[in-house]
Amino acid sequence: MLTTDFTPIAALSGGALIGLAAVALMAFHGRIAGMTGILTGLMPPIAADWGWRAAFIGGAIAGPMLLTLAFGHDVTFASPIPDLWLVIGGLIVGVGVYFGSGCTSGHGVCGMARLSPRSIVATLIFMGTTTATVFVVRHLIGGLS
Amino acid sequence: MKRILAAAAIGITFGIGIAISGMANPAKVLNFFDFAGTWDASLGLVMASALAVAAVGYRFLLKRPRPVFEAKFHLPGNRKLDLPLVAGSAVFGIGWGITGFCPGGAIPALGLGEPSAWIFVGAMLAGIAAARTVRFALQQRATQNT
Repeated sequence: MLTTDFTPIAALSGGALIGLAAVALMAFHGRIAGMTGILTGLMPPIAADWGWRAAFIGGAIAGPMLLTLAFGHDVTFASPIPDLWLVIGGLIVGVGVYFGSGCTSGHGVCGMARLSPRSIVATLIFMGTTTATVFVVRHLIGGLS
Repeated sequence: MKRILAAAAIGITFGIGIAISGMANPAKVLNFFDFAGTWDASLGLVMASALAVAAVGYRFLLKRPRPVFEAKFHLPGNRKLDLPLVAGSAVFGIGWGITGFCPGGAIPALGLGEPSAWIFVGAMLAGIAAARTVRFALQQRATQNT
């Protein structure tokens, strides 16, 4: 099992930037900064307003690149999950966020911030099933292979 | 052009926030949910911090008549707590618990050049596309029957 360090300063400052991005996207484009909704509009049939969506996604990918390549910041990354389970889990996440109309960014941050009942319910449910899944995987079946 | 550049700058801010916070690191995400094992509370602070900034920002912002580039704020109008919301969210959590990747964490992780992020995102896009095809087909059948 991979232990990770408690990093409160990085968590609070990174979280503040995520919140800032959510506020800015609402201030300028009038949009919820939800990764699911923004991505879905880029898939066929592509939304008419695909420009800002593509720019946001491009920026979200470029951000960590800039951080590591241009500023030499070390971003810790470790994925303990076998490829087959990444594919299975990826499919499950795709189906879930599409029907659930959002993910951690859209429901968990933006929707909760405006006290949307749908987002509060969605966030409580996915935090619950994520916790249950991690418990089952790690403590009942002893990891994925 | 201005709205494209602004969206790119906001995306960069989001991506850097995700990377710094640890949300792009599946090991850290999974540990947040492992209360019975190697618990790492960090992501609770990420959510709390992002939520606090967004809540205060929205509070002032949404009193204004309109955003800078648009005629109105595009806020979701659906208020119903329906089956797709509940079931979809439950299913999403299962995938998040298996992989440690959520969409907002995985897209910035692509920029770290991590192969596992690319595998996950490819599968996730296929999942969204499949779900969308099913929903469109169901809607079409529903309209044909009426």
